[in-house]
Amino acid sequence: MLRFILMRLGKAAIILIAIMTLNFFLIHAAPGDPAAVMAGEAGAADAKFIAQLREQFGLDKPLLVQLGIYLKGVLQFDLGFSYRQQMPVSQLILDRLPATLLLTMTAFVISLLLGTMAGVLASARVGKWSDTAISSLALLFYATPLYWAALMAVLLFSVYFNWLPGFGYETVGANYTGLARALDIGRHLILPATTLGLFFMAVYMRMTRASMLEVSQLDFVKTARAKGLKSSIIQRRHIFRNAMLPVVTLAGLQAGQLVGGAVLTETVFAWPGIGRLMFEALAQRDYNLLLGVFFVSAAMVLLFNLITDILYRFVDPRIRVA
Amino acid sequence: MLTRLTTLAAALLVSTALNAEPVTGGRANVVIQPEPPSLMMGLVQNGPTQMVAGQIYEGLLRYDQKLQPMPQLAKSWDVSEDGLTYTFHLHDNVKWHDGKPFTSADVVFSADVFLRETHARLRTSLEHVESITAPDDTTVIFKLKEPFGPFLGIFEAGTMPMVPKHIYEGTEYKSNPANNTPIGTGPFKFKEWVKGSHILLTKNEDYYEEGKPYLDEIYWHIIPDAASRAVAYETGVVDILPGGSIENFDVQRVSEMENTCITDKGWEYFGPLSWMWLNNREGPTADKRFRQAVMYAMDRNFARDALWNGLGKVAKGPVSSSTRFFSDEVTNYDYDPEKAKALLAEMGYKGETVRLLPLPYGETWQRWAEAVKQNLDEVGINVELVSTDVAGWNQKLAEWDYDIAFTYLYQYGDPALGVARTYLSTNIAKGSQWNNVEGYDNKEVDALFDKAAVAVTAEERQKLYTEVQQKLVDDVPVAWLLELGFPTIYRCNVKDLVTTAIGVNDGFKNAYIEK
Repeated sequence: MLRFILMRLGKAAIILIAIMTLNFFLIHAAPGDPAAVMAGEAGAADAKFIAQLREQFGLDKPLLVQLGIYLKGVLQFDLGFSYRQQMPVSQLILDRLPATLLLTMTAFVISLLLGTMAGVLASARVGKWSDTAISSLALLFYATPLYWAALMAVLLFSVYFNWLPGFGYETVGANYTGLARALDIGRHLILPATTLGLFFMAVYMRMTRASMLEVSQLDFVKTARAKGLKSSIIQRRHIFRNAMLPVVTLAGLQAGQLVGGAVLTETVFAWPGIGRLMFEALAQRDYNLLLGVFFVSAAMVLLFNLITDILYRFVDPRIRVA
Repeated sequence: MLTRLTTLAAALLVSTALNAEPVTGGRANVVIQPEPPSLMMGLVQNGPTQMVAGQIYEGLLRYDQKLQPMPQLAKSWDVSEDGLTYTFHLHDNVKWHDGKPFTSADVVFSADVFLRETHARLRTSLEHVESITAPDDTTVIFKLKEPFGPFLGIFEAGTMPMVPKHIYEGTEYKSNPANNTPIGTGPFKFKEWVKGSHILLTKNEDYYEEGKPYLDEIYWHIIPDAASRAVAYETGVVDILPGGSIENFDVQRVSEMENTCITDKGWEYFGPLSWMWLNNREGPTADKRFRQAVMYAMDRNFARDALWNGLGKVAKGPVSSSTRFFSDEVTNYDYDPEKAKALLAEMGYKGETVRLLPLPYGETWQRWAEAVKQNLDEVGINVELVSTDVAGWNQKLAEWDYDIAFTYLYQYGDPALGVARTYLSTNIAKGSQWNNVEGYDNKEVDALFDKAAVAVTAEERQKLYTEVQQKLVDDVPVAWLLELGFPTIYRCNVKDLVTTAIGVNDGFKNAYIEK
């Protein structure tokens, strides 16, 4: 097992460097650069001023030299400096990480739990009205564009009913502490986390339902029934556990994206997370910051892939042997 | 009768006095969009930075809505008769937010050392300055090489912010850790910045103007989505939406809410003027008749009424009507598609496709570009819309890779500061989008602008600028659109917020909330 993990980590490091190199060239291929954007915001600048900025940012060096400097920094765990925000990139990312993790993990848990439960429920009542209701709801969540759902949620629960705050991480200026603050953040979390979770909830539900139905037709389930086992035991021990493999795969994929944040949700709900940081960095061509966010999210995807593979071995002993 | 009039006058006086009595205390909740990259105004001069940091940093002067200078850090000033020596007398009781005294040495350091390196726009104006000296702690003398008409107009906080010498002298300005905790002399101090969420400024208790500021604190809310910003106002989270905070199509709905006031004042110093760059170098846009046809083809009244809620004005020419030396004695380009068609026929336009770049600043600008495309289509001009993001748009303009492109620029109160740069042939250079991007080359116009900048009397300058405006409007180097109106929307009990030519940017010094 240890050898397996070490090998996978080695591969991951190589893949990570390849991803960073590719990202580096892709970003530099986009028109415009941070010096021009920053000079632009000043409302006036001549070529000399822009050249001065480029020199300060090291953008006047050949591209390969810039890449070398960047990768060397990364190997020393230095993600560089954001000239636009005048702060180290790692600091900017760390500042935003808690908010993003809170949002994406809540959405993850909501979607995984509710989605799987609804899927199991639907599969146990195939063709009945509850199955139809759950399936239709899943289809609706699956097909609704996130941006629209988010705005409608704000309109309904925030503007019309005034039940929940429509945006932000907490009530700015309220200066709550302790439990009051936790509750305040919780209230702010409900709308964005639910909106963000809707799509994956639908996916988990559909996948669990399909997978449960498929497994329930297999021979070993028939044998179990023939043995006279109780239906609930068959559902839980025989069908559910085997039906979970594709769900674990999907959960691994979703978990990998947790750190990358959720650009749309964070934008509509003014959630101070990494998704927005990345989007703004992209618009401003803040190369170092953008590469930093890419680095962290790519590392997370690789890490969660590894965790998924290890989990497989627990869920399905056949993989452990193979 | 007389008694009744006297009573009425007295009642008015009393009510004015009651209204004019500012209330101390309270908190302002304001939207800031987008999030400023930094609050160190000496280093960064983009719009949101100026708006927030304009309460922290100050210049030597402020300007009223007629662009007349008012005291700020300088309590008075004299100009020599030959227009070459400007002497400023500073307040003697000003302290930086860290408690150190503010003196003339800070002014010399800011203007002559720091900003000359970091402030692209100011350093062009400072080329006219021969020396900046401080004979004593409260006096600063600027000596010019030659008279420079708009000189008294460059002392506003965003143009020449005072930065503390004791913090920056001898350091690497851009990476100085103090940039994250800005120290100014202004009415509010920096307290907290939770990135992506909000910025908090608190009252400067040691402010040198007795009794000011009135508010205890200002919360700037960072809300990236325009629809959410409108919701923030509607649900009472914020009370002030500075110009441009919400999409134009939301302005009417929001401004009709109860206890809501709206003003388009407070932009006089900037005089934001929108136009379309027309590439004078090649293609159909190189022909003056084509450019005139574009002017006649556009229904600019429609754009103002339908896209800008009737705010702003149809532009007469290169100078905004709030900018000094504006003249309306120029050719009028009213909406006249027939005239446009005639001009196109005369030049022999064969339907070549022209590329039109919208300004990537949101929905209003996209719709505006579509409206113009439709106008141009109607007179037979073939238009292809080319989409970009801001960085791509910057690059295309700086590389002259366009036929027609939307933009808007500030005028900074005087043609020598914000107008001439667009038309001087000496200002044609790739790599920037704030110079003569269209490639217009007219030596007569150059000479008039140069003469007007250094003319001493206002009459003389007016005569020269009127002439240059007439010439430009005939040649149509760019297609002027609207003098933009950016409405500030706020609860009516917020008083005296917009009282100067830069509005909210230095407005919280006087603002108070009526109970």
